Amino acid sequence: MAFLTQALTVAAKDVRAELRSRDAASGSLVFALLVLVIFNFAFDLEGEMSEVAGPGVLWVAIILAAMMGLGYVFAKEREQGGLQGLLLTPTDRSAIFLGKVAAALLLTFALELLLLPLFAAFANVSVLSFGLIAVLILGTVGFVTVGTLFSAMAVTTRSRELLLPLLLLPVAAPLLIAAVEGTRSVLEGEPWSELLPALGVLAAFDVVFVALCPFLFEYVMEEMAA
Amino acid sequence: MAETASVMQAAGPGGQGVPRVWDIQVLGLWKTFGSLAALRGVNLKVGPGERLAIVGPNGSGKSTLVKVVATLLRPSAGTVRLAGLDVQSQALEVRRLVGVVCHQTFLYGELTALENLEFYGRLYGLPHPSDRAHELLGSVGLEAHADVPGRDLSRGMQQRLALARALLHEPPILLLDEPDTGLDQRWTAFLVDLLAEAAREGRTVLLTTHDLERTLDLADRLAVLNGGRVVFTAKRDELDVGSLKEAYLRHTGATY
Repeated sequence: MAFLTQALTVAAKDVRAELRSRDAASGSLVFALLVLVIFNFAFDLEGEMSEVAGPGVLWVAIILAAMMGLGYVFAKEREQGGLQGLLLTPTDRSAIFLGKVAAALLLTFALELLLLPLFAAFANVSVLSFGLIAVLILGTVGFVTVGTLFSAMAVTTRSRELLLPLLLLPVAAPLLIAAVEGTRSVLEGEPWSELLPALGVLAAFDVVFVALCPFLFEYVMEEMAA
Repeated sequence: MAETASVMQAAGPGGQGVPRVWDIQVLGLWKTFGSLAALRGVNLKVGPGERLAIVGPNGSGKSTLVKVVATLLRPSAGTVRLAGLDVQSQALEVRRLVGVVCHQTFLYGELTALENLEFYGRLYGLPHPSDRAHELLGSVGLEAHADVPGRDLSRGMQQRLALARALLHEPPILLLDEPDTGLDQRWTAFLVDLLAEAAREGRTVLLTTHDLERTLDLADRLAVLNGGRVVFTAKRDELDVGSLKEAYLRHTGATY
């Protein structure tokens, strides 16, 4: 119970701080909207292109915007040594990590809620589908979980803006391929049986990394405290 | 009297129901960063209810020592025990016992002064974090600034808020790295009174400072750290400002 309370306390603090500063949200949203608009003009997403290029366009917008947000997850903590303050409290490192993931997830889901109607309008497709929602949730959970860990690792380096995508994208590649494939399957109206393999990959990725990342985070914290 | 007061019941699960002596023991402590040795076999003991000030030139290892004792850094060699608890293997229990002030304030600029204290209060598992936060804001003269974001407070106010944060959970051991940074005369006097009160209550204090003259007001005993080694220790009663400066110059080679 204490573990959950600590994680929620960290998450609530991050969300409150972000709502006040809007450092991550405003940049991410504008960036994602730009990606959608530019790709829409480049590919003319309506019609057949919505099935061919649509899934890729949607996920490019999501992951690029999410990465901008993830860059702030720990950068904020470094400003006044807040992270050291966190580490000095009798808070489980895993609770700190899961609190950070929860806050980043909330902000990324909010971003997706704003992006989806625009994508639906550009591509002239329906996004009100359980299959698409499942792909988005599973894909976002995995991407944000791994991204939060790498954000913690990258923040101590001078070139963190460069390092985060370099670390994150190769590891997240299987997840992103499955997410794009799952989204394509949904947009083409394929039956659930065609979608299940992609959902299976996404779920397996999530299970492995949600279990693994909190433990790895404890080792990352050893270095960050210095 | 301090001895009696210092034998209290531990607040955390590491010591529930077990009487503890709130002391700090540092034995043969080394801390290296790659090829650089910041601490070279430091031996120190701070008794219960005692205030030990560490002084030394820049780069002498003062902040590193505080960070190791506070569990922020792992020792490379040697042992550090607080109230008998090992900082490596019992770090979580140690964190319940210590209140720490460092160079940085550990505050969040987007949160108000009150929200900062409430946040940390929840992480320490206080039953009524908001009440305790208001109480401490009053103590450090920031009640009128409770709703001001941390980034809009002056450096001195931020330092007072950092002191309040360190005292939130009424820790029996205080680790203060230059706690007078940014404080004006009035609030430096408050700090002196605070540490005297802490000692009367049996709290153990390890602090660092650059201000040799003030050291005699802040501590019962002092140690000079130079090049990662303790090169001089003395009780406050054995020194005046002149002899302290002379000893500092002799053992560090630095002018003051």
